[in-house]
Amino acid sequence: MSDEVLVEVEDLSRAYGGMLAVRHISFSIRRGQVLGFLGPNGAGKTTTMQILSGNLAPTTGRVRIAGHDLLEDPRHAKQAIGYLPEQPPVYRELTVDEFLDYCASLNRIERGKRRAAREAAKIKCGLGDTGKRLIGNLSKGYQQRVGLAQAIIHLPPVIILDEPTVGLDPIQIREIRHLIRELGKEHGVILSTHILPEVQATCDQVQIISKGDLVLNDSIEGLSRHMQSSTLAIALRDPPDLARIREIAGVKSVQDQGDGRLHVFYDPATDPTDALVELSVQNRWGLYELQPQRASLEDIFVHITTEEQESPKGTAA
Amino acid sequence: MILTIARNELRRMFLSPLAWTILAVVMLILAFMFLNNVQYFITIQSRLLSMGSDDGVTAVIAAPLLGNAAVVLLLVVPLLSMRLVADERRNKTLSLLVSAPVSMTEIILGKYLSLVAFLWLILALVAMMPLSLLAGGTLDFGLLGAGLFGLALLLAGFAAVGLFMSTLTQNQTVAAVSSFGVLLLFWILDWAGQGSGTSGILGYLSILNHYEPFLRGIFDTSDAAYLVLFILTFLMLSIRRLDMDRLGG
Repeated sequence: MSDEVLVEVEDLSRAYGGMLAVRHISFSIRRGQVLGFLGPNGAGKTTTMQILSGNLAPTTGRVRIAGHDLLEDPRHAKQAIGYLPEQPPVYRELTVDEFLDYCASLNRIERGKRRAAREAAKIKCGLGDTGKRLIGNLSKGYQQRVGLAQAIIHLPPVIILDEPTVGLDPIQIREIRHLIRELGKEHGVILSTHILPEVQATCDQVQIISKGDLVLNDSIEGLSRHMQSSTLAIALRDPPDLARIREIAGVKSVQDQGDGRLHVFYDPATDPTDALVELSVQNRWGLYELQPQRASLEDIFVHITTEEQESPKGTAA
Repeated sequence: MILTIARNELRRMFLSPLAWTILAVVMLILAFMFLNNVQYFITIQSRLLSMGSDDGVTAVIAAPLLGNAAVVLLLVVPLLSMRLVADERRNKTLSLLVSAPVSMTEIILGKYLSLVAFLWLILALVAMMPLSLLAGGTLDFGLLGAGLFGLALLLAGFAAVGLFMSTLTQNQTVAAVSSFGVLLLFWILDWAGQGSGTSGILGYLSILNHYEPFLRGIFDTSDAAYLVLFILTFLMLSIRRLDMDRLGG
């Protein structure tokens, strides 16, 4: 079951006028996978989400959802998706229960099962006691949850979430992320965001999109490997000549950050940390801070997305 | 599925004060006109008899009432239809319907049906006014029936135009103004070539020319067919227009 391919995207493009917002991207999602769709503003994330949910027609390419072609058999394909756009599509004048009942019937849930579906979705999204309240009177966070409940009420195999944590407070963000991880166990989830820790916290597959091109498609573990870097940040009270440090075995280069703070880049094969500490004690350099630097997802992100235009350059500057 | 959408639209319409306000205002004005007509009938009743005219109470009271109702509703329908699609577009709730397993046709027909149902409710309330005269006399049910049928079709036509105009924009006011403009234009189209005796094709297209016979008690299939085609055309255009949202930028 867990190998079942739920979404297949082939050679998808979308043009607005003469501008290609999404260029020939292809990917697939399996059941039990949470796919993070990452990119800066205007990279084509929302366009892709809208195409997957049937709100936009692709200029070229094919989308198959749970075995149904989105263009040729839209009804069955759409029945297999739950979509939460950037702005939750909720009717402010309805109560939560009324709205969710309407969504249940729109998604062709049988009359007798609607109530159970609504209650289950409410519990999953933490909407337990808000059933009788008007959606317009709920806070942004709760409206977001109603939007999420709407997307999962018919237990679709594929859930598409466009920036689901925007505008929420930190506690709500944690809850929503937890919920997404839970959903990812049984469904296929696509999640778009420009917040990098969100991807680390929730996804197991990452795609980075930049200016309409898919520039990276890797698992979270693969991404972590990208992130291992070989830099030490040290701070010395009485820094010596930089040449002294450069002489240590394994050190490739040293960058002065001012105030006795240095970045030491080294060859991953030979870790110079021990030698550095020893020398510092012997020569009274006054080492008071030593931190191995991990490239954050931000670094990788910036690196990959700018690499596009510039020629690839080494990280050890 | 169409009924599900229609029911939801209708419920949301009645949750807004707009629907109630419009019902109240329309009823107030039409009741005032109705009472005026009754007053007028009472004063000319004896003269009608002496002139040997066969115009009865229905022709003097009900027919002008339905004629006036058409004009009043021409002003009101754009206010009701403007929100149907334009409002959903502005609030970005349209994607709820679009990503649900329903076709564009079902969305349009559902919304259309909700508006027609509301307008026919107004029509039913209007019909009660002449029917109240049954308490003191008898009515020409053929004439009244033809008039009500004509108005029902006419309102359905108004609704189709309003819905189409609402699919064109995301601004409610623009939708209201443009549908009012189109309706009024169709209403006065037969002014063209007036006096020359032949109003030609413009006169034929005028929606008023196809409504008036109903008020005189004439049920002409060509008039009914014109209105049905009028409705179908604008519904078709609405579906195409909504589908364009997916394809265009």
